[in-house]
Amino acid sequence: MPSDGHLPLKETDTLLVIGGGQAAAQTIASARQWGFGGKIHLIGDEDALPYQRPPLSKAYLKGEMTEDRLYFKPADWYAEQNVELSLGVRAETIDRATQTVRLSNGTTASYDALLLATGSRPRALPTAGATLEGVHELRDLRDVDGLKPVVTSGQNMVIVGAGYIGLEAAAVARQLGANVTVLEMAPRVLARVTSPVMSEFYTKLHEDHGVKILTDTRLERLTGTDGTIRSAELSDGTRIEADIVLVGIGVLPNQELAEAAGLDCEGGILVDEDARTSDERIFAAGDCTIRPLVHYGRMGRLESVHNAIEQGKLVAAALVGRERPKLDVPWFWSDQYEVKLQIAGLSNDYDDYIVRGEPDSGSFAVFYFRAGRLIAVDAVNAAPEFIVTKKLIISGQTLAPALLQDTSVSMKELAALAAA
Amino acid sequence: MAKITYIDHEGTEREIEAKNGETVMEVAVKNGVPGIDADCGGACACATCHVYVDEAFVDKVGSPEAMEQSMLDFAENVKPNSRLCCQINVSDALDGLKVTTPESQH
Repeated sequence: MPSDGHLPLKETDTLLVIGGGQAAAQTIASARQWGFGGKIHLIGDEDALPYQRPPLSKAYLKGEMTEDRLYFKPADWYAEQNVELSLGVRAETIDRATQTVRLSNGTTASYDALLLATGSRPRALPTAGATLEGVHELRDLRDVDGLKPVVTSGQNMVIVGAGYIGLEAAAVARQLGANVTVLEMAPRVLARVTSPVMSEFYTKLHEDHGVKILTDTRLERLTGTDGTIRSAELSDGTRIEADIVLVGIGVLPNQELAEAAGLDCEGGILVDEDARTSDERIFAAGDCTIRPLVHYGRMGRLESVHNAIEQGKLVAAALVGRERPKLDVPWFWSDQYEVKLQIAGLSNDYDDYIVRGEPDSGSFAVFYFRAGRLIAVDAVNAAPEFIVTKKLIISGQTLAPALLQDTSVSMKELAALAAA
Repeated sequence: MAKITYIDHEGTEREIEAKNGETVMEVAVKNGVPGIDADCGGACACATCHVYVDEAFVDKVGSPEAMEQSMLDFAENVKPNSRLCCQINVSDALDGLKVTTPESQH
């Protein structure tokens, strides 16, 4: 229970929310669900109600999901719940002394508690030709609405960056019949986020579907005629025809507004276990934050649905004076073709890993260890491996690598053998 | 169209008119039905939309596919009529469906 004098919020107080993504939507829904009756005002720079982003690079891009299904809540809900929406409006500056925020529409909004849910933005391609017509990013609904009509059969699509966004888009584009080439600077796909065995699996999966993957490859420049993309030139002189280029080379946290207001930032807006910034009236949630990773004893930034939801609930709980919700282990998923990847935990500083099952069978899991302890799993079409690992990490338990490798013992049986 | 009734663990009922093609989870989330978080937005990746399907509708709703079954195997308080409601599509045949949310999701 927070001890600050201004919390819990009173009926006469105002919660101001900057940003209209998943963290913002969760905070608002939870705050109302848990009884906050004061004013809520949401400032969103996109001209759209809060919506889910994960389907943008998956079912929505593919045309399997309609736009109305992306929205968390219909417009009526915000009216019923007395949530004021200022959409298509940016927050310009925060004045902490007067507890006000100056907005791009010339007005000023005041707050008793402020949530910064400003998200992240795609890293810009530092290459000549990046502004040509036909060069796309994939972050917002508007980005995908620009991409959808052009990703069609026979089009030549070059994807820069073999991270999850790039590979998910590659899978969809290929299924829609486009000719897809993926360029990656690192020696393997997903190099920043997973192990060589996973990289190998996804490379094969994409190549089997006809995607051309070029690793250890540097993009020299994009060239076009009349301002429209025509080709991608690699550093070795190779030229690849391109009707569409999609750039997916990572994201940067939107921390500038917080930084300018003097809040502590360090590769993201620094927050504590309640998602509170260095100003006790200002919270931050989602991609824009650097947060305590309690199961790993360090700070870190998470770009995920789990993080947006969890921090949204933390903020709402702090605002209404409710007990802090239990913290989950970071989890992620990715859908490519018929393959569902579920990730539990953070593997980035692993010193050992084992593979359970055969990658060639299409269902397997890679378990990661540090100093002998289980820290994460990449589960490919392997839900039991995902769920058991999530539960073990939360409860501070571990399993020996040799046990996990034995596929003759089910995950259910293995879970019972776990030790602290 | 189908009328769907959501019942919480204490027996409180909420009847909602659902459109065909939506999932039983989406209808719940959009209408603020407590106890159905659906964190992953319907990707069958999180098991936070677990419901018990009214016995009269178990056959009409059908049985879970492999991925959903695996997720259910590890969910809490699973019963034979357990489903992840993000995997149940609304259709005319489901008019009158009742689902109950488990206590652990509240």
